[in-house]
Amino acid sequence: MSDDLEQFYEIFFEESSELLADMEACLLRLNVNSPDLEDLNAIFRAAHSIKGGAGTFGFVDITETTHMLESLLDKLRKGELEVRSEMIDAFLKAGDVIKNQLAGHRGEGAADPAEAAMVLDELKKLSDETQLQSNKEPSNTERRADAPIENLRVDESAATVAENKPKYIYCIEFSKSGLNEAALENLFSNLQLLGALEGETRGGGDNLCSLKLATENSEEEIWEALAFVVDPEKLKIESEVSNSIKNALKEEVNQSDASMHYKAKEVLASPGYGFFPGAPAAPREKDSQEITEKPLLQKDTDQRQAAKASTKANAPVTSNETSSIRVSIEKVDQMINLVGELVITQAMLAQTASQFDPIVFEKLHSGMNQLERNTRDLQESVMSIRMMPISFVFSRYPRVVRDLASKLNKRVELKTVGENTELDKGLIEKIADPLTHLVRNSLDHGIEQPENRRAAGKSMQGTITLRAFHQGGSIVIEVSDDGAGLNRAKILAKARERGLSIHDGMTDQEVWQLIFEAGFSTAEAITDVSGRGVGMDVVKRNIQSLGGRIDIESSFGVGTRISIRLPLTLAILDGLSVTAGDQMFIVPLNYIVESLQPTAADIKTVSGNGRLVQVRGEYLPVIALHEIFNLHPNVISVHDGILVILEAEGRKAALFVDDLVGQHQVVIKSLETNYRRVKGVSGATIMGDGKVALILDTTALVMASQQEIV
Amino acid sequence: MAKTILAVDDSASIRQMVAFTLKGAGYEVIQAVDGEDALEKANQHTVNLVLTDINMPRMDGLKLLALLRKLSNYKTVPILMLTTESSDDIKAKGRAAGATGWLVKPFDPKRLLEVIAKVIG
Repeated sequence: MSDDLEQFYEIFFEESSELLADMEACLLRLNVNSPDLEDLNAIFRAAHSIKGGAGTFGFVDITETTHMLESLLDKLRKGELEVRSEMIDAFLKAGDVIKNQLAGHRGEGAADPAEAAMVLDELKKLSDETQLQSNKEPSNTERRADAPIENLRVDESAATVAENKPKYIYCIEFSKSGLNEAALENLFSNLQLLGALEGETRGGGDNLCSLKLATENSEEEIWEALAFVVDPEKLKIESEVSNSIKNALKEEVNQSDASMHYKAKEVLASPGYGFFPGAPAAPREKDSQEITEKPLLQKDTDQRQAAKASTKANAPVTSNETSSIRVSIEKVDQMINLVGELVITQAMLAQTASQFDPIVFEKLHSGMNQLERNTRDLQESVMSIRMMPISFVFSRYPRVVRDLASKLNKRVELKTVGENTELDKGLIEKIADPLTHLVRNSLDHGIEQPENRRAAGKSMQGTITLRAFHQGGSIVIEVSDDGAGLNRAKILAKARERGLSIHDGMTDQEVWQLIFEAGFSTAEAITDVSGRGVGMDVVKRNIQSLGGRIDIESSFGVGTRISIRLPLTLAILDGLSVTAGDQMFIVPLNYIVESLQPTAADIKTVSGNGRLVQVRGEYLPVIALHEIFNLHPNVISVHDGILVILEAEGRKAALFVDDLVGQHQVVIKSLETNYRRVKGVSGATIMGDGKVALILDTTALVMASQQEIV
Repeated sequence: MAKTILAVDDSASIRQMVAFTLKGAGYEVIQAVDGEDALEKANQHTVNLVLTDINMPRMDGLKLLALLRKLSNYKTVPILMLTTESSDDIKAKGRAAGATGWLVKPFDPKRLLEVIAKVIG
């Protein structure tokens, strides 16, 4: 059977991860002082669902953890205990443990049993405190009058139970045959320990002894008390309801009178299922297991709870259930590749078709137009499959910020804007780590201690804002804080210390770029949060490997904003096609500032080979494309050709090309996997005429040009 | 004709496991993600048995039970509830709402088929 189950593991893992994420979001949203019942219910449901799945699939450790979690949560949502912030912490930790346990079962690393045990312990402690708390709860009404309203409900139900003690009345019948006086005596005194006993305790000469017992113990406990003495086959316990309750619940009683007795066998071994006798379509087996049911009074409270629950259910509930299917990412990628090929084929056809006379072959041309539209639509919708809202990444930061802020004794609020902005799934996965680093940096270096903030006339609570939005063909993700801002003097001093080439006339933009140097950290003390200087350079490398760029704006004392600009997807690029000699190259559009035809007077030659061009008051190095790739250009002098002004990492350069051809969306093909890595080239694409065009690595080109000058 | 079973559970893994098991045994399976969904699907299809989870968002299993029993064509259809723990008060509530029987989660596929066979076999 377990083989059958294995195929559902993956679904369970994914589902549980989602549930855990939901649970965490709810926990972080939860206001400790006035918890939202909907949230508590949602958290409970998440734990409950994970437990159900884990039980089914036999992940015992997860079942254990979720069980503890669930029982404490149950007490919270039923109002038996008030939410405290330690609990939230414990829940979050438990969530982490479950996450690890899931990863363990998935075969990705192993869960730490000690950690799990610790969390279990903590949850148990919190749960036990509940016990103490509710025991201390006074059952008289004195305190109730001035108790706050939220507590009223709890007190009331506690009082109901107290007033109605003993809860249950049972009719017990058993055969006395085979029992001597002493045994009977012993049995009666045992029962008396459980509650008030009435009836013919000594009985007459007949074999049948029938008793009435008023007790707060459950039927099982009576069974236990009797089953060892009396032959279970000859024992019958029926629960009876006192008159007052009977009146209140007349209907209920009629419904369930028939099934109010136990058979000894079933009590001892629960079969895991059962049918309600007399219920619609219940099988009428002689040997059928009957329901184990609690006496009626319990139903009374249950009913009230059910009524409470149904009023809750009437409240507006936002549903996040969407109909969707899960598809493996390989399938999607394959589809994207195929569509990419289709786009190329379509472009080739279009080029061929353009050679035919548009009047004679009118139908061919209108067909080609139709094909182009359809291909583009298809491409867009296929690409959109890979798109996911950035909330998948953003949602992890409330936790990061919360944990870190409390560690650093800072007060920080995290705002997120534009969570629904969509970007490629591949990007989502790769952007998470760099973003985490930026958020942690903002919190550690940006946001000041509350006292310092107050002294600076700011509110004691700092704000970190995560913002995502589309701009042109790219997506921009910003991490901004209202903290201290970057310290120019400190960064320069540090750079000097590290022997980086700097001068005092550097623009702010250039100074900020220094923090992306490897090993650069201005933190005075190295903490485990940040300051080891591994980070910003890695962040930058990661962003660049995604074809993106990173910019910093900062104002001392006001705050810092770091913006990451990424292409919408990894597979398709907006590019400008340019020619040098007989070769065509693609320049990624988001690096292009402008294109211009310079006059001869704008070009300056410096120290031999280097050429500069003056553009709007700035001198930019000229990169001749044909020189880099050793081509024979059709245009020799710069002022006859065209300069494409590129900007990368805050630096600019002018790319000298023969001609501009046009703007294209190109499907990126990796050169490394198909050929080998080529300096100055980030990839290749196939153009409409079937020829291969290289995509320029703009950043590398611009950086290389800078080195030549310095 | 194959008997049709409506399987209601908010947990996709459980739901699919149930569906897989039942389909393997030759039943038709309709899946629903919560009470509301189930109610809608119950109205659209003729169902021979309903298998429902209790704790679900939007509409829970108990409410679904009660509402199903109000529909004329679901008065006698067997409805089994899946409960995570063999909690007696859930069972009592389920009974009051008109459930035919109960099955404790976790269960193995064999047990599920066994119980279903007892009801509509």
